[in-house]
Amino acid sequence: MTIFALSSGKGRAGIGVIRVSGPQTKNAVFALTKKNISLNPREMTLNWFYDPDTNEKLDRGMVVFFPGPCSFTGEDVAEFHIHGGYAVVGGVMEALSKLPNLRSAEAGEFTRRAFDNDKMDLTAVEGLADLINAETQSQKKQALRQMDGELGDIYKSWRHQLITAMAYLEVSIDFSEEEVPDDVTSRVTPIIKKLKGDITKHLADGHRGERLRHGLQVVILGAPNAGKSTLLNFLSQRDVAIVSDIAGTTRDILEVHLDLSGFPVSIVDTAGLRLTGDEIEIEGIRRAEQRARDADLKIVIIDVLEPSVPDKLALNHLGDNTLVLLNKCDLLANANHSLAPGASIGCWDVSLKDGLGMAPFMEALKAQVENRMELTETPSLTRTRHRASLRSAEGHLDRFMSAEHAEIELLSEDLRLAARDLGKITGDVDVEDILEKIFTEFCIGK
Amino acid sequence: MINFDVIVIGGGHAGCEAAAASARLGANTLLITHKIETIGEMSCNPAIGGLGKGHLVREIDALDGIMGRVADASGVQFRMLNKRKGPAVRGPRCQSDRKLYREEMQKILTNYPNLIIRQAAVDDLWIKGGDQPSVSGVITDTGEKISAARVILTTGTFLRGMIHIGDERIPAGRKSIANEIEQPAIGLSATLEKFGFNLQRLKTGTPARLNGKTIDWSVCTEQPGDQPPVPFSFMTKTIKVRQINCHITHTNEKTHDIIRKNLHKSSMYSGHIEGAGPRYCPSIEDKVVRFSDKTSHQIFLEPEGLDTDTIYPNGISTSLPVDVQEAYIRSIVGLENVEIMQPGYAIEYDFVNPQQLLATLETKKLPGLYLAGQINGTTGYEEAAAQGLMAGINAARASAGCDPFLLDRADAYIGVMIDDLVTKGTDEPYRMFTSRAEYRLKLRADNADQRLTELGIGIGLVGKDRALRFNEKISKLRLFGKILDDLKISPNEAAKYGLKINQDGVKRSAKILLSYPNIEFEQITNIWPNLREVPTEIIEQLVVDSTYSGYLERQEADIVAFRKDENLILSTSLNYNLIGGLSNEVKEKLSKAMPTTLGAAARISGVTPAALTTLLRYVKRKDKKAVA
Repeated sequence: MTIFALSSGKGRAGIGVIRVSGPQTKNAVFALTKKNISLNPREMTLNWFYDPDTNEKLDRGMVVFFPGPCSFTGEDVAEFHIHGGYAVVGGVMEALSKLPNLRSAEAGEFTRRAFDNDKMDLTAVEGLADLINAETQSQKKQALRQMDGELGDIYKSWRHQLITAMAYLEVSIDFSEEEVPDDVTSRVTPIIKKLKGDITKHLADGHRGERLRHGLQVVILGAPNAGKSTLLNFLSQRDVAIVSDIAGTTRDILEVHLDLSGFPVSIVDTAGLRLTGDEIEIEGIRRAEQRARDADLKIVIIDVLEPSVPDKLALNHLGDNTLVLLNKCDLLANANHSLAPGASIGCWDVSLKDGLGMAPFMEALKAQVENRMELTETPSLTRTRHRASLRSAEGHLDRFMSAEHAEIELLSEDLRLAARDLGKITGDVDVEDILEKIFTEFCIGK
Repeated sequence: MINFDVIVIGGGHAGCEAAAASARLGANTLLITHKIETIGEMSCNPAIGGLGKGHLVREIDALDGIMGRVADASGVQFRMLNKRKGPAVRGPRCQSDRKLYREEMQKILTNYPNLIIRQAAVDDLWIKGGDQPSVSGVITDTGEKISAARVILTTGTFLRGMIHIGDERIPAGRKSIANEIEQPAIGLSATLEKFGFNLQRLKTGTPARLNGKTIDWSVCTEQPGDQPPVPFSFMTKTIKVRQINCHITHTNEKTHDIIRKNLHKSSMYSGHIEGAGPRYCPSIEDKVVRFSDKTSHQIFLEPEGLDTDTIYPNGISTSLPVDVQEAYIRSIVGLENVEIMQPGYAIEYDFVNPQQLLATLETKKLPGLYLAGQINGTTGYEEAAAQGLMAGINAARASAGCDPFLLDRADAYIGVMIDDLVTKGTDEPYRMFTSRAEYRLKLRADNADQRLTELGIGIGLVGKDRALRFNEKISKLRLFGKILDDLKISPNEAAKYGLKINQDGVKRSAKILLSYPNIEFEQITNIWPNLREVPTEIIEQLVVDSTYSGYLERQEADIVAFRKDENLILSTSLNYNLIGGLSNEVKEKLSKAMPTTLGAAARISGVTPAALTTLLRYVKRKDKKAVA
């Protein structure tokens, strides 16, 4: 089937681009232009477009043809660049649907065809999805890099290393009668050691890539009424949380997504921490503590006017990812600094109500966010799915390195399992890959 | 007219095993061969087994097949390959006396109940039904029709066989023992093409045969067999044939020079051969060209039998002209004055792309026609015999109205091979390797009986003697397995016997102790002296099982997942063109392979996870509609 879809955004616009992909693409162009125009690859031509049934003029615009396999999907592809009004776009779409073997594409179908035709690997497809969904500059950068195949390239090189290692083991098993190296473990161990090191390093990135995709989690903690919701409102510059003077207003979790100097950040407002008998409130506090444990950054707010037992609950969360705000210093001549303990990134005297002293705090917060999310030299892991597979592969390689067993068939089993995990990210390691490697590297032939 | 349930055409390794299996299941079976004396002929090297291949022989034997017993009765040198590696990758192999092998095979088959053997040349298949043709027998070269609703074709390299030596081309199925040309089968190829089968060409080669009396054995390295020899068959207690040695020599720079200078005279390099040869069994020309940095290649000098001087030089198959063969062979140490008894040659032949077969090895196009052996693109006696066995079983079962008998990738190497063939096809002669089996730790040569014999008993394939012996062994394994489970000792006490285990206070069973690589069975008998009375073979089996226990558990989980996909049946009448969202390439691949399960679809190269999801969704939706 040949598929088509409006590839530019929906709604009224200056131009609209309709993309067609599949074996009927050329015919579609001929049918709409009413002539056998010579379709020079990748060359725009100006044409009138007609309804193939009624001969009614639909629009005048540009058409460009990309012959497969040198196209996005790997099939023949054409793009109709037309005026972006509802009626024009609708008319051309309807005209296309009248053609035999053409139908409108399902969501993601162009990409899926690209994947099916080996134009992209799985990581590149995911990169493209991320690119389309990217909201901030840094997310866009990461997605572009992934779509470009940088991440896939890393995984592919791992796959090759693994195939080489497996070929050594398998050759000594299946061709032990041949003149093949018998000290295979000594050849394989350095390969696996390096591979395992690379994977471990890749995993130990502090979830940078995934954080960039989902946003950095910043959790606000504090006693009831310390000013947590006010901070959230300050950060998001709109009233998102109910701010009132009654303690315990925010019983559940409230989350706001922000673009903080180009980086995606999720600010999470939690229930005030205190000892209480209210069951609903206890549940809220439990969730707050949970979120705090998973947070990338924490902001603990202390009300300097009312140092209290609940503050101690909040202070339990101090750590090297915690920023402390001493709120309401405007109401107290000498802020009570004894409340601010050492184990934190820093401590700021502020008044959240009128924004006093917030500038230095914001600087520090941005620096912290940047530090955690800036793109590194090598692309980072972006998906939990990848992380789970890699972690599992790492486990198999660990067992390989542990020398718990020296039996070659078990070492080989470890690598087979690792290859299967890696294969989930970049495509399978087929036994044919290993055999091919064996037959090119070694002279087998009894 | 005589009527049979099953007719097997061909008396090679596939044909013999097919005929025997069919007859064992009670089907009235006819084996037709063009020459009764060549039944069980080893056309290439005089050896059975090896890695992967030895596994196949054990599996055939576990289903009461004949190959293992014939090898045991003819083997002149037995070696367990990978003896120093773990049990999962050990492969039994033997050098067989060609004559003894043939004789033993013929002796067994001529006395096989339900089996009749006839010497005749089959000219054509007898096919009935216009629009929906099916097999109804065979037609011999005298025009005689013999009726059977199931025919198993095992033609080896005979389909349009063509021998190449230099620029000489001889239409032939193979060269016989006496260096005579055996006629190729031309008509059958035409019939298969007429019914729409896609035939392709493959190539294989064989080296010259040497006169052992003219070899200087003193300069060759001796390679003795195992003492005592370990038999193939679970039914063989000891090997009675006299055991002899093999020898090893090497090619040298001079050999390679001669080959390089004459390369243009080789059939392969002069463009006479179009078929693909096996990558794992290259000709000596190929080795010299592709691995030009190697200054020497090893050659195994394998005796062809006890009372013959013929030597099979394994490792130098060739299609060079006779004079060049003589020149390069005589440049090899020990072979300076050797007499060549028969020159080496390459042979090209037709094979049927096995994607045109069901897992029963019945063809999709012609119901009732089964194919086994080299005709399906495989190489090797063992691969052929294993297919013959499965084709024989399924043809006989079909004629009795029973369900197919299938083995999957987690059951047996046989299952791995047939699945590879029917789902992926092949473009070089397919040979078994242990690396092809993803469940290698489970599919071992030592436990083939435990994996398969019970299945065989279930369908009436296994004779009384074997069933009896098998059941005895199993009950012993269970009994002693339980004893090993029940005997327990604390780390503290174990330390007193010199066993080094973690002092964690957790008691361990004798079986768990055995699974530790650093603990030997002897040490355990110090704790429980009664264990010394357990039969050695039972202990060995239990030790092997516990060595892999951790991995086997994980593998079992994999197998459950694998079988889930395997159980999702895809109809063979599924029209892939109607499934939206599959790329043309994937549609084409699926339509060609017509996989019978979702799992099989996944193993076709180029079928992506995304395509599988689409397929799964389509099939599920269709199922739901069918229910509603």
